[in-house]
Amino acid sequence: MSIVSIRNVEKRFGKLEVLKDISLEVADGEIISVIGSSGSGKSTLLRCLTRLETVNGGTIVIDGDTMVETTDGKPVYAKEAVLKQIRLKTGLVFQNFNLFPHYTVLRNITEAPIHVAGQSREEATAEARRLLKKLGLEDKEDAYPCQLSGGQSQRVSIARALALKPKILFFDEPTSALDPELTGEVLRVIRSLTDLHMTMVIVTHEMAFAREISDRIIFMDQGVIVEDGTPEEVFGSENPRTREFLGNYNQSSI
Amino acid sequence: MTAEALYKLFWFMLEASGMTVKIFFFTLLFGLPLGLLVAVGRMSKFALIREPIKLYLLIMRGTPLILQLMFFCYAPYYIVGSTMSRVSAAILAFTLNYAAYFCEIYRSGIESIPAGQREAATILGFTKAQTFFKIILPQVIKRVLPPMGNEFMVLVKDTALANVIGVAELYQMATKNMSRSASILPLIMAGVFYLIMNAIVSKAFGCAEKRLDYYS
Repeated sequence: MSIVSIRNVEKRFGKLEVLKDISLEVADGEIISVIGSSGSGKSTLLRCLTRLETVNGGTIVIDGDTMVETTDGKPVYAKEAVLKQIRLKTGLVFQNFNLFPHYTVLRNITEAPIHVAGQSREEATAEARRLLKKLGLEDKEDAYPCQLSGGQSQRVSIARALALKPKILFFDEPTSALDPELTGEVLRVIRSLTDLHMTMVIVTHEMAFAREISDRIIFMDQGVIVEDGTPEEVFGSENPRTREFLGNYNQSSI
Repeated sequence: MTAEALYKLFWFMLEASGMTVKIFFFTLLFGLPLGLLVAVGRMSKFALIREPIKLYLLIMRGTPLILQLMFFCYAPYYIVGSTMSRVSAAILAFTLNYAAYFCEIYRSGIESIPAGQREAATILGFTKAQTFFKIILPQVIKRVLPPMGNEFMVLVKDTALANVIGVAELYQMATKNMSRSASILPLIMAGVFYLIMNAIVSKAFGCAEKRLDYYS
């Protein structure tokens, strides 16, 4: 059964069509990487799924709850209560972390569980410490974000997303702001999440990582899905645009 | 001037400073929250809220404060036939005038917070009010401290303008005393009093900035 169902989603910025009639099903527990050149619409797709952008058309259903439905060409969003329920099931990890600079690492993680999900402080703190330990940050709970390296910051932001126990976790280029060494550190963490059997949709430029970790790879170009298949299928594709994009990767990896 | 006269003058001026401090604190008490409210309205996407606020900002920042003081002192008499106390009129004028400047300072602070902060809060499920008060405002306060310090110091000095509507504050008492005693000393003493008040304001802001230095 699909945990994310996207049908005919369209998104325009003024006259620029960023997403053109996108349809995609994500199965529960699946790990999907979305690849493509900058401006292909992959980040916008994640932003539509997390409601940071509103769509211009199409239907999005998340874990059985309809977020937006289009009838007579007009997208209609669900009631606030439904949207809030969807919000609690999804998490997003940003490219530039967006940690709250005025809170300690611990409070960055516990603030939402306490004030949004209604957990007790003890419960939220215990869970945050468990996550920090899992992500190798147990000695950082009292640090402020400005005292962390990029890799540590991104791991804290992953812990912050996990603290709300989402069913689906979206990653928007989680390593694009990091140097190769820190990239490896964050990718290891994401890899370690695969045994949580959580659904993950990862927008990334790390081809080797995408190939290794994903159940499926989506290749987007100019607002449409060009490829949708297993890593072997996509990396072995005969499609000229896919070959061109991956050709650059294959060359650079030699 | 004898030592006794000097001693008397000192206590007299200290008392007059009380009024200056009173105008200062009441202006901040009302002006700081009002400025924040106005800033939020100024950034509204509804023109019906935004445009009248822009007009208010233009009037308050575009006309002399001394004229506004006169207006709030005398207009009630011409419009509704009754007056308020001169001190109340002064505090009202200062509040409305300073709220306009505070608004723009808050706005620059709010707009300087990266969009990602708001987005991260939204993703985590915070309501708009939670996002504003927990995530945005604390960071805004840190960023607006330097320009606010400026504004506070200007306010200390601007309170002297209240003398045009006959409020017995430090400047008025100093000039009165000067002509009565035929001495420049009251004026110098008033200057020292203003200086001390602003030294305290400046120090307080220095401390506040230091306290918020733990993050960047």
